[in-house]
Amino acid sequence: MLRRNPLSFIFLIIGFGIILFVGAALFNLIYKTLFLNTDNFIAIMRDPAVLRSIWLTLYTSFIATLISIFFGIPIAYVLARHDFPGKQLIESIIDIPIIIPHTVAGIALFSLLMRKGTVGGIFESLGIVFQDSMWGIVAAMLFVSYPFFVNSAKEGFASINPNIEKVARTLGASQSHAFFHITLPLSIRHILSGAIMSWARGVSEFGAIVVIAYYPMIASTLILYRFNTGGLSESQPIAVLLILICFVTFLAFRMASKKKWRK
Amino acid sequence: MLEIEDISNDWDGLFSLKGVSLKIKEGEYFVILGPTGAGKTLLLEIIAGLYFPDSGQVRISGNDVTEEPPEKRNIGFLYQDYSLFPNYNARSNIEYGLRIRKVPKEERDETVERLASMLNIENLMERDVTTLSGGEQQKVAMARALAIRPTLLLLDEPFSALDESTKDKLIEDMRALHIKEGITTLHVTHSQEEAMILADRIAIMMDGRIVQVGMPKDIFFKPKTSKIAKFVKIENIWNVDVIEKTDEGILVGLDGHKILTPPNRSIEGGTARLIIRPEDIVIGSGASTSARNRFSGKVMSIEQRGFYNIVRIDCGFNVVAAVTRQSIEELEIGVGDEVRVFFKTTALHVVPR
Repeated sequence: MLRRNPLSFIFLIIGFGIILFVGAALFNLIYKTLFLNTDNFIAIMRDPAVLRSIWLTLYTSFIATLISIFFGIPIAYVLARHDFPGKQLIESIIDIPIIIPHTVAGIALFSLLMRKGTVGGIFESLGIVFQDSMWGIVAAMLFVSYPFFVNSAKEGFASINPNIEKVARTLGASQSHAFFHITLPLSIRHILSGAIMSWARGVSEFGAIVVIAYYPMIASTLILYRFNTGGLSESQPIAVLLILICFVTFLAFRMASKKKWRK
Repeated sequence: MLEIEDISNDWDGLFSLKGVSLKIKEGEYFVILGPTGAGKTLLLEIIAGLYFPDSGQVRISGNDVTEEPPEKRNIGFLYQDYSLFPNYNARSNIEYGLRIRKVPKEERDETVERLASMLNIENLMERDVTTLSGGEQQKVAMARALAIRPTLLLLDEPFSALDESTKDKLIEDMRALHIKEGITTLHVTHSQEEAMILADRIAIMMDGRIVQVGMPKDIFFKPKTSKIAKFVKIENIWNVDVIEKTDEGILVGLDGHKILTPPNRSIEGGTARLIIRPEDIVIGSGASTSARNRFSGKVMSIEQRGFYNIVRIDCGFNVVAAVTRQSIEELEIGVGDEVRVFFKTTALHVVPR
């Protein structure tokens, strides 16, 4: 097909440059670790501190994603369906985390959620501490990742013909029935894809997390710590393990979200 | 059955309704005809309860439903884009309203079978609706709307996204269905053809207002204003001077010619507008017509429009006649030829300026 389309063929070759760049960096890392330092890699895979940090990374990001879904779906729906004064302001606020440097995000969150912070103090009295805790990691991940979820869900809702909801209403569905039985199932692909992107963004976060919660160490923090103390040989295998786990999980989620959702 | 009283609504300044009132009788097929942007869809959506009017009332079977949500109104609604639920197959689409009403499965199956057979879509029931053709989708949407046994059926340009032959077939089906089921139907469209074939009565809607309500023949042959006349494609609209009102009718002057028109009480004197459909203009020798209004003129142009030819004739005033191809051939008319033009007094309609 591409051969009959010379422009697309040329574009593919040019585009391949970026694939090569990313591919070379990853291949170099994976090849060196898996094939040249296999024993070291196996040892790292058995290191409880490494496994703990990777597990912590994956599930804190999962919790952050669940929170994004819970709060993101309603706002995404309203933004997709209605025009109202201040809508653009809300959309800009949603996008801010994409624009600002992550250390800045970390400092903003630290100032708000630290034990002596305005909101952090209130939460501490309820038994939830952010500073140097799992909840701090979740908060930082949520902050940087929710725009990906909200924007994807919004796009999903906007892509559904509003007349479909209206017809459901005339057929006897309440607003919430029409939403949960028609609109939500129809947007499921965008919602899943947003959730995957949001989860992946959470996993890849480092800058904001080290400011608010250096401990417990997530994988990225541990990699930096091991790099500083033991060099490449100690940090590289952790990086590869994280890459492999993330790649497999990401691929599995992607494939699941491509499934046809029909009744 | 359906009474709409003085409905006004301003929808972000895009569409607005300005004091719309209508009464539709039980079992009637009522068509609202109007150009795009007249506010037709908004009116239907207000009747269905999808939007609430700024002021005015909607009554169904005598009950004020203005504040009722759509799910309490039992109204069938059909959109131009079918709006089927793409996550359900055809059967589940049709059953949707019945499931919400918690109708038992046996009864649901019976309803689906009955509607599918009536609309000839039995073989499509298990199909994914996204694989159906436009006509098939519209039939499934129709069955879905009818399944809830609506007290009122609202159709929003139901045939405008279909190709001509599918459209003709569906219009025919719609007529048969209406006769069989007798559901009070309100259909909005910009297609005069649909209105002419289907409507018991027609309302013309322009700029958010109902400007004329009447039987199809009144709308198409006796439009109340020259604006409506233009909309219903009457190209002969002449400014005339009223000469005198007699028992026989009104004698008017048009560029030095005298024309007798039927009586009209709303014409006082001074000036008026004379309207006649192009189909009512006869070209020929005049031997076989009793028409009183006879003129000579020169053919300025002949153009094909659908199955008719539009002949423009200069009789000292411009006359547009719709003539069949066969007549053109028989009369051997060509551009530049001198012809005789006739029209009956009864075909004329005079409106105030």
